[in-house]
Parts: sequence; C-alpha cells; structure tokens
Amino acid sequence: MIPGRRPRSDAGAPVTADPPADGVKGDGMNAPLDRLAERFAALLPPGGVITDPVRLATYECDGLTTHRASPGVVVLPESAEHVAAIVRACVEENVPYVARGSGTGLSGGALPRTDGVLIVTARMRRILEIDLPNQRAVVEPGVINLDVTRAVRANGYYFAPDPSSQQICSVGGNVAENSGGAHCLKYGFTAHHVLSCEVVTPDGDVVELGSGPGYDLLGVFVGAEGTLGITTKITVKLTRVPETVQTLLAAFPSIETGGTAVSKIIGMGVVPAAIEMMDALAIEAAEAAVNCGYPADAGAVLVVELDGPEAEVAHQFAAVERLCREAGAFEVRVAADDAERALIWKGRKSAFAAVGRISPAYLVQDGVIPRTALPEVLASIDALSAASGVRVANVFHAGDGNLHPLVLFDDAVEGAADRAEDVSGKILDLCVEHGGSITGEHGVGVDKARYMPRMFTDTDLDTMQMVRCGFDPAGLCNPGKIFPTPRLCGEVPGVRKGPHPLVAQGKAELF
Amino acid sequence: MSASEDMPDLLGDCVHCGFCLPTCPTYVLWGEEMDSPRGRIHLMDQHERGAPLGPEMVRHFDQCLGCMACVSSCPSGVQYDRLIETTRARVEEHHDRPLGEKALRALVFGLFPYRRRLRALRGPLRLYQRTGLDRAVRRTGLLERVSPSLAAMERLAPPLGPAPRLPERVAARGGRRATVGMLTGCVQGEFFPGVNTATARVLALEGCDVVIPRGQGCCGALSLHSGRAGEAAAFARRTIDAFRDVDVIVVNAAGCGSSMKEYGELLKDDPVWAARAAALSDRTRDLAEFLVELGPRAERHPVPATVAYHDACHLAHAQGVRSQPRALLAQIPELTVREIKDPDVCCGSAGTYNLFQPEAASELGDRKAASVRETRAELLVAANPGCSLQIATALRRQGTEMAVAHTAQVLDASLRGLGRGPLFADGS
Ligand SMILES: Cc1cc2nc3c(=O)[nH]c(=O)nc-3n(C[C@H](O)[C@H](O)[C@H](O)COP(=O)(O)OP(=O)(O)OC[C@H]3O[C@@H](n4cnc5c(N)ncnc54)[C@H](O)[C@@H]3O)c2cc1C
Ligand code: SF4
Ligand code: SF4
Repeated sequence: MIPGRRPRSDAGAPVTADPPADGVKGDGMNAPLDRLAERFAALLPPGGVITDPVRLATYECDGLTTHRASPGVVVLPESAEHVAAIVRACVEENVPYVARGSGTGLSGGALPRTDGVLIVTARMRRILEIDLPNQRAVVEPGVINLDVTRAVRANGYYFAPDPSSQQICSVGGNVAENSGGAHCLKYGFTAHHVLSCEVVTPDGDVVELGSGPGYDLLGVFVGAEGTLGITTKITVKLTRVPETVQTLLAAFPSIETGGTAVSKIIGMGVVPAAIEMMDALAIEAAEAAVNCGYPADAGAVLVVELDGPEAEVAHQFAAVERLCREAGAFEVRVAADDAERALIWKGRKSAFAAVGRISPAYLVQDGVIPRTALPEVLASIDALSAASGVRVANVFHAGDGNLHPLVLFDDAVEGAADRAEDVSGKILDLCVEHGGSITGEHGVGVDKARYMPRMFTDTDLDTMQMVRCGFDPAGLCNPGKIFPTPRLCGEVPGVRKGPHPLVAQGKAELF
Repeated sequence: MSASEDMPDLLGDCVHCGFCLPTCPTYVLWGEEMDSPRGRIHLMDQHERGAPLGPEMVRHFDQCLGCMACVSSCPSGVQYDRLIETTRARVEEHHDRPLGEKALRALVFGLFPYRRRLRALRGPLRLYQRTGLDRAVRRTGLLERVSPSLAAMERLAPPLGPAPRLPERVAARGGRRATVGMLTGCVQGEFFPGVNTATARVLALEGCDVVIPRGQGCCGALSLHSGRAGEAAAFARRTIDAFRDVDVIVVNAAGCGSSMKEYGELLKDDPVWAARAAALSDRTRDLAEFLVELGPRAERHPVPATVAYHDACHLAHAQGVRSQPRALLAQIPELTVREIKDPDVCCGSAGTYNLFQPEAASELGDRKAASVRETRAELLVAANPGCSLQIATALRRQGTEMAVAHTAQVLDASLRGLGRGPLFADGS
C-alpha cells in the first residue's frame, strides 16, 4: 500500500484480512509473483502485465471501497488461451488469483490478494457471434452488459438482465454475481439468460458448461462469485423487445401507502416488468443528481412498468393506475414517450451513485424479504435509524422484496463508519428474521461472509464448501470470499479422499 | 478556497462506481483502470496522501484527453475538470520531464497560442527558418511530431494567401436585436478564416451588430487545459480587457468557449480581476447556444445535403451544448442530420493531445472516422477546428475524402441561399 494511505470511506471499518503488501513487489521478496510476472510478460502483448505499486493500487477495490488490498500482479489477458495459461501458471506456483470484470461489484467479490494475481477481463470485450434466428449471442466476459443490447436493439432484441450498472458492468461479472435489475421481476436474473459458459477451471482446463444430462453445473457456476473458475465465453439469450411498454410514476404520502399499492398490484395477478420504490431521502438524492423532477413532498414514489402485447398492457395499466390511486397516490404520471420514460428511470437508476450528493459516504445494503413483510420491515428500519441517528435512504425492487437500504454517514466523523456498519448489519438481521436473505443480487463476496452463519447452519456451509472443493481443491480461485471460515479442502469434515463408494462400484457416475 | 485546498473534498466525491468508464476514450482504448477517470482519481488520491508524482503516475495524467466525458457521465457530480486542472498544474510545477518532452512542450506552447507565429509557419518549411529552433528541433525529432499536425492543417486550410481580415465592426441587417463581441481564436483564425467570416455574417443576418476587437489574442485554452495556469491567466486578462465593452461574447470554437467560461474560476483569487473574470464567463456564449437563445429571424433556404454532426467534447461535455447545434441544423430545409455512433467518445483531437500523444490520438481518430463513415453522410459538421482536422485526417487514412464544415458555415450557406455548393470544395 501507499505510505500514509488511509482508506477513504472506512475509518475503522473492517479491512481485509490479507497481510499488507509492503515489500512484496518488485524487490525480489516474493519470488513466485516475480516469476509469474515474467511468465505473463512473455505470454501477453505489451502492457498486459502491471507490477508497479502505483498502478497496482488503482485495482485495490471494486465498487465497495471499504475493503482494499493492492494486488500482487495484474494481468490483462485477451483470450481464453491467455486466461488458461495464467491460471495454470498460478496453480504451478501455488499462487491465488481473482477475476475482475469492470470492478463495479458491491460486495468486494473482486477484492484482490496482495499475494496473488488479479485477472482483469477488460480487454476481452469482443462480441463473437450474434445469432438472431436462435435468439442468442456469444460474448467474451469483458463485454459490457449494455453493449450486448446495443448490438441487437435495432433488430428488435435486447439482453434482459439490467442492473443499474449496466452501462459499465461486464457480462462475466453478471454471470459471477447472477446479477439482476429492475426488470428481474418478470424476466428473471442473469441465470435465466445464460445458455452456456466456457470456463477455465481452477485446474486450468477449458470446459464448456451448458445444459445437458447430469449435474446442472452451469446452474452452480452462475452466481458462484468467481470461486469456481473464470468464464471466458458466454452464450446469452436475447429477448424480443416487447410490443409495447407503459411506465408510470406514482407519488405516495408514505412508504406504507406505497407498499400497500405494491401488494395490491401483485395480488391482482399482474406481473409488471418492474415495480421500483424510492423513499423521500433517495428521491432527494436523485433530484440533486439528475433533476428527474419527481413530485415534491412525496414520502415515496413507485415506478411501475408494464410490457407485452398492446391490448393486455392497456387493460392492466388502467388497473394499476386505479390501484395506485386507491392506495393513496396523490399524483400519477404516465410517460407519454421514450424520453419521458427515460426521465422517470433516470432518477431510479442513478439513485445509488446519487446518494454521494447528500452524504459524504454511504454503504449500499442488499437484502431480501417476503413482499408481504415490506411495511413491517420498513417501519423497523425507520425505528433503527431513529434510535441510532444514522440516516437510511431506501431504494428497492419492491416487486420481489429486494431492498437496497443506503446507510449514510460522514467518514470524517470518528466512529460514524462503525455505527453505519452496525445499522447495516442489523438491517440484514431484520431480513433474516422475516424469512428473507442477506443478499438479493450484489453477492456475498468478502463483505457479507460474516453474515452467512446468520442464515445458514454449519452443515449448510460445509456442504457448500464441499461443492467449492470439488471445483477448486487447491483453494486458489478467489479464496476468502463467500465463506466466513474458509477451510482447506482436505479438512472439510466428511470429505473423502478416494472416489465415492458408489462411483467405485460403478453405480454412480462422477461428472 | 483554492482548488488545491479543495482537493481532498473533490476527491472524496468519487464513490468508485465506475459509471464514467465507458465514455472515457483511454479506457475504451486500453481497458486499464489507471487510464480511466476512476483510476486517475485514485492516482490523484494516492498523491494527495503522499505518493510522489513519479513518471508512472504522470504518464496517466498526460494520457487524459481532458475531454470531460467523465464529468457528463458521473452521477455523483465529481468535478473532474477541476481535479485534472489542479493535478496538471502540480505536474508542471513539480515533475521534471525528460528533455525531449520539455522541448516539444516549449515548442507547442510557444507556437500555437500566437497567431502571428502560426502565420509565419504556414508552409511547414518555414518552421525551420523562422523559429530559430531548427537545430534543437531536428535533434529531438520534434518536427516529425509537430509537422504532421501542421501539414494536416495546411491540407485542410484554404490555399495559402492572406486570411481575409475581418473589419472591427459588422453591422446588423434588418433591425438590430443585439450587440455581440466575437472571438476569432488563433488556430481557427489562422487556418479556418472562412469559419469566422461565416460566423460574423450569420450573426449580422440574424440582426446582431458584431464587434471584433483588434486587441484580442489567444483565449488561453491550450495553456489552461495543460496545467499552465499562470500563462492562461495572462491570456485571460488580455481577453477580458479586449471584450470589456460588449454584453455578450460569441465564440465559435468549442475549446475557446469552454475556457472563457472558466475564467471566473481561474482568476477567482486575483483581487483585481476576479469580478471581471466572473462577469466575462457569464457573458460568454457558444455560437449555437447564442443563436438558439436569440431565436431565428432570417429566412432559412434549403441546403440539400446529408450531414453527420459531431459533438466536440468542449462543447458537449464542458459546456453542455448538445441540442442547440442540432436544433439549428434541423431548421434548414432539405438538410438531413445523421447521428454518429458513440457520440460521447472523444475523437482524439483534444487541444494539444494529438501533438503529445500521437498514437492514442490517431487510434481514437480512426475509431471516430469509422463511425462517421457508417453514417454515410457527405459532410461532417463540427464546432471545433481541432475535431474537423483530426477526423478528416483519419478519414483520409481510411481512404475516404469527406468535406468538413463548421455549423456556422452551414447556416451561412442556408441564410444566404447559396445551397450546398460552398460547403463542398469541388463545388458539387
Ligand atoms: C451504482 C451501482 C449499481 C449497481 N446496481 C446493481 C443492480 O441493479 N443489480 C445488480 O445485480 N448489481 C448491481 N450492482 C453491482 C455490480 O454492478 C454487479 O454485481 C455486476 O454484475 C458486477 O460486474 P463487474 O463486471 O463490475 O464485476 P466485478 O466487480 O469486476 O466482479 C464481480 C465478481 O465477479 C467475478 N468475476 C468477474 N469476471 C469474471 C469472470 N469472467 N469469470 C468468473 N468470475 C468473474 C469477480 O471475481 C467478482 O467476484 C451495482 C453496482 C454499482 C456500483
Ligand atoms: S477527461 Fe476524458 S480522457 Fe480524461 S479521464 Fe475524463 S473521460 Fe477520460
Ligand atoms: S468519477 Fe463519478 S462516475 Fe466515475 S467512479 Fe467516481 S463517482 Fe463514479
């Protein structure tokens, strides 16, 4: 790390468990990394290997700045062969490695290892194939999510997963995090739009994971946060642009009334393309950032979008509008055209980053609750906020109960980060208490590994680790993520060293 | 508070979301964090916390085009423009550049902002004869760096000969609606004099008395955007003085307009000039911005042509002027405007960038040229001389000759009912 460097927004927050990198690089102290750097330089085109501390430090964190560690070496491969060769070299030297796409992750999933290699896919950004008749495209992992859509939109197709970060996050990162977006309610997460992945396994083999007989390995891989291998080629599904889209913005006096509207809409059997809610504080931030012109004095706004065949949408839209008003909406605006729709969405999509306008620092939380528990959980968050004096702005995918509380604090005030961290953790407790989950779409990464035991028993966690060990027995592929207490695979209780008895007897097959 | 003292706060505004990456030209080219806005801000932060301004760090600041696409795309309102200006000033002050780089910079900054010296150089050969830099220049291979740019300007500029001298005052046609000052610029004035005459005519036809002060020189844009604040301030004071008597200053070169709008910030700690500088910034308008505010009065005649409109960074990102030029073009009968793919990404011209970072600049030029070709337009319209030069040169490398024009020239052709003829060199 840079002398005198103090992480900006984490005064006192838990920093990574990795040892400091001082003295590791460039001075012969870390022979395996030096040897690797040399091998990589021979393998990659000029500029493909980064070893000087100043440049390395720019990769020290992803979108979550509270965890930082300067990588030992950064490599910028340009092909699957490069990635495979890099992984094999790391295995030979027994050096850990971490994949990174665009570095927008919000759980520290791409947090580097000071004693390891960071494999950045930003130069693997070719769209290899577009096959419209079969509604699929084959892309390299560094391709930006929105670029897939941009390549096919003129033909009436798009790539459905739409995280708010879609203008910059990579498809590889989407696969790793199983990312979703506002439209997941109807269209599902990344997992539902990936047909197959070419993967460099932790052994350095290149394999294709797709649908087929046997275990659903693709299903295991998507969402594994880069711990089971690195995907080098992704076949994604392209979705037809719906015949029509209708968007409305409804302003409510309070979060509770907004929540009621959500329940009624879903209860009616309508599956909107999206139902998003923002509370007053989040509205204030968005307004400051992008002048989205949301109604003043709203306690909450709801963005509802319906899409599909013209007649169906028209019918349902009228019902949605009525339900909003019945639930207490004091203003309902319907987007007349794409420009107005874009303006409505602009406020919502900029909300996270926009909070920077109203608070020096903040934490983005991500939790899930059953939709019916919405009013209760929100009231509890309010109480938590009032009791602790920590402001919380709420933005959420209301349709599927995915909350994104934004916990605001001033990093210049001593202890503020700790208090924010505390409130943020308690919000997750609320989610688990109500039968929800500690993450909806941002992943566990390093940040939430410590919360895993709140949701899973030791047996659950051990079972998951066994799967991980099946892929990565040496534990070199993005180690230290997801699990609170990483174990060496050999030590995991109940793991057999030899083949499973059933396999040995020929009664079962090992895939 | 000076920008330098503000630095920690300005840096703190960045939440590391990465939204600025896709429109950053250097990130588009190389996919490296340290050549993205987020990475550069991180480097600045490292420096702020004590890391020295070493050559590795400086390289990434030098590689920034200053296109300000990151300012447009940042949802958190990070003022990258101020960050990079302060950083560049620090680099100039504290970083010892290698000799060759120093010589090149001395040559460029001793040449481009001075119209008379530029004039002396029309015809690259005279470069050797007149500057007295010849030996130093030859030794460092500088001429090879600078001369392609000069050569490109020569190619695009009308045949040698004295640039027509504009009168000090051009009277409004019809009833007078406003009195405006006009900046003639250095590169623009010397190599594209036709743009200035067109601008003056359009303003007059729209009912403006146009005042063109003789005493004006360089506005300081090149210096300001390269961290040479002292030099820029001197240019700024002179410009402020030259335009003391007009209500509005109309600028037709994007880079100049954006720097004049920054005078207030540049001179805010100067007790004598601060107020005047702020007032001048308030009174500065880009030509298109001004014409839309004024509203059309003169009749628009048809210009049957298909044009591609290019957003100059210093217009779109630095001044937020995007819709106005398009609106003006849309008013012209029989003119079709095509959009260029990835309009937010810089063409690589960026002031002195093509002189100091020729490779990156030409790669970006090639990308932009390819997008321009995709539009199948016959004429490229841009509001900055550097952009036109850069893109036309790149197009030529790809074997396409395309006419270029400034928005003012298209309007001029329309207002005067000349059709498309004057816009195409071969008169087609
Ligand atoms: C402002 C903002 C808004 C966001 N909004 C959303 C949202 O609405 N929905 C949502 O789901 N997420 C959201 N995110 C989170 C983030 O954008 C997503 O998780 C995204 O998918 C990460 O992509 P990335 O390319 O940045 O990956 P990175 O952050 O670089 O990496 C993320 C993880 O993927 C792994 N990885 C990267 N590439 C590969 C590969 N080729 N093979 C295997 N593993 C790989 C990394 O090791 C890491 O664990 C948001 C983030 C920000 C900053
Ligand atoms: S000014 Fe342009 S080149 Fe520089 S960091 Fe911003 S977007 Fe990139
Ligand atoms: S400059 Fe703005 S857009 Fe870029 S990373 Fe920082 S906050 Fe995000």
